[in-house]
Amino acid sequence: MNGLNKFLSQRWVKAPVWLLCLTPLGLLGWNALHDGLGANPIEFITHATGDWTLRFLVITLAVTPLRQLLGLPALIRYRRLLGLFAFFYGVLHFTTYIWLDKFFDLAEMWKDVAIRRYITVGFAAFVLMIPLAVTSTVGWIRRLGGRRWQLLHRAIYVSAICGVVHYWWLVKSDVRQPLLYAFLVGILLLWRAGAWLVDRHSRGNAPGVRREMPTAESA
Amino acid sequence: MLIRKAPDLKYSEVTPKSAYLNRRSFLTAVGLGGGALLAGGAASELLSPSLRALAGTKLAAVKGPFNTDEKQTPYKDVTTYNNFYEFGTGKSDPAQNAGKFQTSPWSVSIEGEVKRPRKITMDEILKLAPLEERIYRHRCVETWSIVVPWIGYSFSALIKQVEPAPDAKFVAFETYYDRKQMPLGQWAGISFPYVEGLRLDEAMHPLTLLCVGMYGETLPNQNGAPVRIIVPWKYGFKSIKSLVRIRFTKDMPPTTWNLAASGEYGFYSNVNPHVDHPRWSQAKERRLGEFLKRDTLMFNGYGDQVAGLYGGMDLKKNY
Repeated sequence: MNGLNKFLSQRWVKAPVWLLCLTPLGLLGWNALHDGLGANPIEFITHATGDWTLRFLVITLAVTPLRQLLGLPALIRYRRLLGLFAFFYGVLHFTTYIWLDKFFDLAEMWKDVAIRRYITVGFAAFVLMIPLAVTSTVGWIRRLGGRRWQLLHRAIYVSAICGVVHYWWLVKSDVRQPLLYAFLVGILLLWRAGAWLVDRHSRGNAPGVRREMPTAESA
Repeated sequence: MLIRKAPDLKYSEVTPKSAYLNRRSFLTAVGLGGGALLAGGAASELLSPSLRALAGTKLAAVKGPFNTDEKQTPYKDVTTYNNFYEFGTGKSDPAQNAGKFQTSPWSVSIEGEVKRPRKITMDEILKLAPLEERIYRHRCVETWSIVVPWIGYSFSALIKQVEPAPDAKFVAFETYYDRKQMPLGQWAGISFPYVEGLRLDEAMHPLTLLCVGMYGETLPNQNGAPVRIIVPWKYGFKSIKSLVRIRFTKDMPPTTWNLAASGEYGFYSNVNPHVDHPRWSQAKERRLGEFLKRDTLMFNGYGDQVAGLYGGMDLKKNY
């Protein structure tokens, strides 16, 4: 894994990864030009951009577990890029909705957001990504401070959960796809919860390290 | 008045398109190099004709009443964008998976509160009344719509033949279901066989079509071959496909989508722009092939014909 880690640390590798992340959009464009979007192209685009938003959210959430499990610390270099692509496809998804579905009728949109619960959670998932995209720069990490920045960026957990719920509430009866995303997001969040517990436990037992919080066992 | 004789043709004698396509590909195969070519791809296509076999056989029909002069939706769209959950829940699944669905021989069982319960074969169905072409708007509950030249005749023609008993107030329909032929059905999230129903007066309405074809041909499998019901003023899921059972009943029969989500799909399910689906608005629709959405019409534009069926009824309650 050491060789792979070195490879991933090289600057130029980001370029092909970036291009790879653009492939779904490229395919969508190619299909649009070659009559490949089926009988209901707007629905096809809506579903494709929504799917890729969820997929990139899952991929982004997988970065931290994978870099530890696979021993590839260099993966962290790609987390911002992947997260921004989740936002990018989210913007496309939202744009398809507001333009091709609502034709910029904002009153209709707010009505949807207010009374249609799958749109309410979907909208929440999207809006939550905006501050994360804005504060994704090194400058913003410095301005906020690492701790506060990290706290803010945990909003991606909520965004991913809202995204899955959005999909779940949308389907008519066949929930296999949303179930798959729920499973993946669930695993990735549980892994974090597990890591947090292990971390707390080991810190508590390590000699010479001050306990951050009193625990039930220590009482 | 022009009275056409029903086609003197047996459904089982109609050469399936798959057969003559097969014959052609067989000749090609032989011509190109004989038996050797029968191995591999050509042979498998010969033995199990896939997508090419889905198109139907020509059906002669006279022009029927109630035709809309709106632009017809392209055949390709109507045959590749379907809801037929027995063959998968994706819109393109039925076109891909219904190719080998066996629709011959076929008969429909007529049961319940009826003077002459019987089984009626596809041949009899095709001869029961003159086939008419009916160009109808078709509006899905999912807010897309199409315009289709169906072929069939008013379902009332069949009802009159079997004479419902005075007690009969409703008609229940059932779609064919076979796990072996429809293995994807188990993932649909709704229970099968698919069942639907109409009030007897709705079923008797001349707009209600017993449908055996579209676009001048027999029905493709994914569109509900070999025989289905079309109720153009109701959401598409009321227009049951691949019909095998018709039961006349005293009480309102259960319907599949109502069983799956009663708050979202009622027994009546008339197209109504003023009564939203709980999860989306029904005010507008996207006609396949069009960019802008259009306003959805009350009773899908058939209000002049059918509004009288619902006099004094609260259509918000009876959604």
